[in-house]
Amino acid sequence: MHLVVCIKHTPDSAATMLVENGQVSWGDAPMIINPWDEYAIEEALRVKEKFGGSVTALTMGPESSTEALKTAIAMGCDHGILISEESSESYDTRFTALVISRAIARIDNVLLVFFGKQAIDGDTGLVPMSVAHALGWPGFSYVAELSEIDIENSNISVKRLLEEGRQHCTGKLPAVISVVKEINEPRYPSFVGIRKANKAEIQVLRLNDLELGDEHASNHNGSVNWSEIQEIPKKSTNAELLEGTNMASIAVRLVDKLIEDKVI
Amino acid sequence: MGSGVWIYIDHFRGNALGAAWEAMSVAKSISSKLDTGVAALVFGHQIDDLVREVAKYGSDVILACDDPTMEDFRVEACGALAAKLYEEYEPQVILVPATSRGRDLTAFLSIELGVGVVTDGIDVNIEGGYAQVTRPVYAGKLHAKVSFDSLRPQIISLRPRAFSKAEECDETAEIIEVEAVLSESDIVVKVRGYDASDHDVSLTDANIVVSGGRGVGGPEGFEPVRELASVLEAAVGASRAAVDSGWIPYDHQVGQTGKTVSPDLYIACGISGAIQHQAGMRTAKVIVAINKDVEAPIMKLAHYGVVADLFDFLPVLVEELRSRLAK
Repeated sequence: MHLVVCIKHTPDSAATMLVENGQVSWGDAPMIINPWDEYAIEEALRVKEKFGGSVTALTMGPESSTEALKTAIAMGCDHGILISEESSESYDTRFTALVISRAIARIDNVLLVFFGKQAIDGDTGLVPMSVAHALGWPGFSYVAELSEIDIENSNISVKRLLEEGRQHCTGKLPAVISVVKEINEPRYPSFVGIRKANKAEIQVLRLNDLELGDEHASNHNGSVNWSEIQEIPKKSTNAELLEGTNMASIAVRLVDKLIEDKVI
Repeated sequence: MGSGVWIYIDHFRGNALGAAWEAMSVAKSISSKLDTGVAALVFGHQIDDLVREVAKYGSDVILACDDPTMEDFRVEACGALAAKLYEEYEPQVILVPATSRGRDLTAFLSIELGVGVVTDGIDVNIEGGYAQVTRPVYAGKLHAKVSFDSLRPQIISLRPRAFSKAEECDETAEIIEVEAVLSESDIVVKVRGYDASDHDVSLTDANIVVSGGRGVGGPEGFEPVRELASVLEAAVGASRAAVDSGWIPYDHQVGQTGKTVSPDLYIACGISGAIQHQAGMRTAKVIVAINKDVEAPIMKLAHYGVVADLFDFLPVLVEELRSRLAK
């Protein structure tokens, strides 16, 4: 029985982004595992601890993304697969999802696929449910609790975090879930895990290995392109500090301002 | 004139989200540039009132599916119907609010129809029949311009509260009733129920958000924050520090690993304003920071700053608001 966690290597959220000629770079800022994905890894490890099987971490990206896989292995994942992007072009969410789903389909006996709810660089949140549909498996987004897994009857029961509150729902395994932060508290890599990760062999898949056929060709037909990245207008001044002789006079000034700005 | 611009009306059991009417205003503006009309997809159960409401907001056509399988949004059922209707009518643009349901639908249609999609649009322009969409990336630190390389369908999800709502009008809509594609036995996912949310005002929909951070000091420290929220009819938010300390549940968290909000007014109480928190609230129109530390990063982002202990200031502010707003 296999559990698969899909992760992404992203720039640190505190990194300073630089824009030049419509393209983005983040200088020497460190790269990290997308923070949401740590919750996905933790949840997969908990399922393994309960039901057995093995956990494979899977990522798509340049060679350097191997670092994210090693962190996942140091946390306790058994295997790492890198889908190597040789070209520098960026792929849209649909193509990314097709590639990932093809890589998952090559793994035998997959019970559950875990994602973080979104990646902090692209911020689309679309890949998990796109992968679910591409595999033809039930997908549950924004999972806050994995309530039950019944392997014998292939049932899964989850609680999802929606705008209106928590939704309880059930479906069939195999399935794809994307998780939110509330689901658990991720563990830190262990000393033994780090040693294991350093020795781990990462399996490398190339797009050619995945028999993408028509879908690959059609990446350039019906896709979307990030034609330009721009800085957002910066607010240059500090806050206007509201001062007064006492709390009441400051409150009066603040309420005046908010009424003037028509926000209350 | 056909109905070349579609919007998906996002609702929860018949109550439309504000984001649906924002999508309607975008649909009207781009449909006039594309010289076409607007059709709204309304899928649900017992939705007569909702259909009337959609008509009032000025949709030319409403494709309405009233079916028990649509009572709760399930992407298999709604996606299958939307895809079938697409094949039948071939609209040029499909607009979907970037809510939890809207994102699931966008992902489904992307795979089902074999096209790229753009999420979280905050600005949409039409050039030569193609939509040019601006969307925030890297936690809102930068904007990306995204374009499509085929004409149809161009599927775009719109960030809630990034656009003004459509105005109500007197026009009538042509209502076309459509049948569900899947029956209950075809649908694998079953919705078993809901835990009601403990807050009255949804964070992502709120006009005003009042948030507390490390400075509130404990669960009881949220009391003055809640009181301010109540007098302003605002939603209560929190920083990661407050949530991680267990003072308030996670669904209140604003920031990179919480919710992204874009209210008219955001009041940060005892929040230092780490970059991860800013990612969730920097697009608020007016930001007020109440903090003891004038050097806190939030003071750089805020429009108005009050350097004070929130426990001293908030009760006085609440009194002032009560008398000025006559509540």
